[in-house]
Amino acid sequence: MPENASALQLVLSGDPALYAIVRLSLVVSLSAALFATLIGVPFGALIALNRFPGREAVVVVLNALMGLPPVVVGLAVYLLLSRSGPLGELGILFTPQAMIVAQTILIAPIIAALARQTLEDLWNEYRDELAAMDVGPLGRIATLIWDARFSLVTALLAGFGRAAAEVGAVIIVGGNIDGFTRTMTTAIALETSKGDLPLAIGLGMVLLAIVILVNALAWGTRSIGQRVAG
Amino acid sequence: MISRRFILLAGIAASLTAAPAAAQEKSIVVASTTSTQDSGLFGHILPLFKAKTGIDVKVVSQGTGQALETGRRGDADVVFVHAKSLEEKFVAEGFGVKRYPVMYNDFILIGPNSDPAGIKGSRDIVAALKTIKAKIAPFISRGDKSGTHAAELALWRLAAIDIAKEKSDKILGPWYREIGQGMGAALNTASASNGYVLADRGTWLSFKNRGELEIAVEGDQRLFNQYGVILVNPAKHPNVKQELGQAFIDWIISPEGQKAIADYKINGQQLFFPNATAPGA
Amino acid sequence: MRAFAGDLPIVLEDASVVAGALTILDRVSLRLAAGAPTALIGPNGAGKTTLLRLAMGLIAPARGKVSWDGSESSSPTRRALMFQRPVMLRRSTAANIRYALAAAGVGRSERAARVSELLALVGLASLGERPARRLSGGEQQRLALARALAKDPAVLFLDEPTASLDPAATKAVEDVIRAVSSRGIKVVLATHDLGQARRLGGDIVLLHRGRVIEVSPAAAFFSNPKTPEARRFVAGELLV
Repeated sequence: MPENASALQLVLSGDPALYAIVRLSLVVSLSAALFATLIGVPFGALIALNRFPGREAVVVVLNALMGLPPVVVGLAVYLLLSRSGPLGELGILFTPQAMIVAQTILIAPIIAALARQTLEDLWNEYRDELAAMDVGPLGRIATLIWDARFSLVTALLAGFGRAAAEVGAVIIVGGNIDGFTRTMTTAIALETSKGDLPLAIGLGMVLLAIVILVNALAWGTRSIGQRVAG
Repeated sequence: MISRRFILLAGIAASLTAAPAAAQEKSIVVASTTSTQDSGLFGHILPLFKAKTGIDVKVVSQGTGQALETGRRGDADVVFVHAKSLEEKFVAEGFGVKRYPVMYNDFILIGPNSDPAGIKGSRDIVAALKTIKAKIAPFISRGDKSGTHAAELALWRLAAIDIAKEKSDKILGPWYREIGQGMGAALNTASASNGYVLADRGTWLSFKNRGELEIAVEGDQRLFNQYGVILVNPAKHPNVKQELGQAFIDWIISPEGQKAIADYKINGQQLFFPNATAPGA
Repeated sequence: MRAFAGDLPIVLEDASVVAGALTILDRVSLRLAAGAPTALIGPNGAGKTTLLRLAMGLIAPARGKVSWDGSESSSPTRRALMFQRPVMLRRSTAANIRYALAAAGVGRSERAARVSELLALVGLASLGERPARRLSGGEQQRLALARALAKDPAVLFLDEPTASLDPAATKAVEDVIRAVSSRGIKVVLATHDLGQARRLGGDIVLLHRGRVIEVSPAAAFFSNPKTPEARRFVAGELLV
């Protein structure tokens, strides 16, 4: 990266190292958001539609897990994936895959909790009608997920935003390896510690822009949803 | 409809993550210190090594203690750190194959230009530390079990000040501040609080956010900082890429690797002094 | 849409429904057979909605029994229920009907034709693409009616189908109900609108405090009520 360049110059000049970092961040956090959705939405649906002993406790724990500290997740995944850990055979510590695993664990509860709330609200509305139409259990879940799809996309975006902005988990399991596992947030942490504030600020601006974009997308999704589904 | 869409998405995600896995071949993980990384040395020498051998070196930069722990757990192929006694212990315990000396740099004592302890220009680090304590000037310690932290504690012991004991006896004053972070963070803290801090010259030279900081003490023999490189023992961790890791070690202690280290300069100043052949280094 | 007598007659024998300490239906015996619409009347809280749900099979009696054409366990494939406040799925008007058709097992190829047919029947042909939640109250009620008819029921339960609708919308819904009944579908409707019971009902069932007070043909019920409660109700007095 060019020395002494200002933050804005770095961003505008399309510095390749900077864009590689941005790209990796997006790939890792988007993948994590997709996997977390695949796990979180069915899980949330299961809780939303079923009554079982201890359900309240599960909901409380799930909501609490929305605030999982990233470093704790990072440490747990590190111990899991380390060569000396139970999944060491995989050999994926210090790789983007490990980062995706950590971020998936970090945000799956967020998506599951938001999906649970959304689907439960919709279920309360739909329950009688679907029962009168004699819709089976799988059909009910499919109907709820489909009709709540705009809200669920918003949940996915919330998870993505959280993943893209966290540093604690990815720095531990990714190792912040230059050109391989360095994301926007770990690079910001590194450059700040090196005292290279322009690059840190440049990356910070990109990250901020992405977060704003994600929120705009969420907002847009909601209004499209309202227009399409009423 | 929904499930088909989800399968498609999952496929996209899988293909995105598969790409880095393929690029993983012929690469090693080196657990090293923040000082080598932050100073930019790796950015200079690793492309030369890759051009020659095609081996991709992935550097995980941590404190020396953490880097050795990473090696101990088998999560790195090579450790490249600077704390000779800890390195020898690492080999003695069977986690490393053999320690090779590589290079040294030197530590410098950094302080605010207002110099509240009045030690600027001294070449006696031990006397300088005694003065800092006597004048209760702020001192920033890495406090992260890094090589630099270990070196700092050793220097305090030379000055007949036992930081660890004072801490456990709860008589250590608030002038001594452990931050538990890397070199750059320690320099940032010193800059913000007008404190003194022990730093490696490499990080200092490439450090940009200096503020009022400048060198207070340098040139004392006791400030030299030796780096060693060790292959993690494949007998303990069969996943270690023995051949590739040894190739890296062989190169870095070869005349070619040593020259690459000597050639790395910031503002015309050499940061690291190769000494792979020096006896007892 | 031809009705078969598959689920009829529906027979309730001493059926009670309780919720906690509260008895909502108290030993109700009733026979709902094919023919003209049956209107359930009675003041609020009399148990009309619960009786509809019981006869639909959505809830089970705490005591007594319910049978459909002699069978005590019968999935509601030939019965449909329109709730007092029907919930529109978050889809277009046509998609709501399409969904109900799919749920009733109507094949993909048949659905389009059935959607048009049902939309025309309830007078919503021009509103098929509008999000269902944007329809007016009367339109939503008619859409719910079309959705209920999608499964080609033998019996159609209607819970206050025109509550809170203006007279024009009420007439539109009643016209559809008459058309449905004339095709041989058994209509059972709960209403607290005596005029509606008089206009639509073939038989009247008066419920009060969870009990069946009187069952009579409509003409007889209104001209010559047999019980004192029915007399007071028809006279417009308050039953409490």
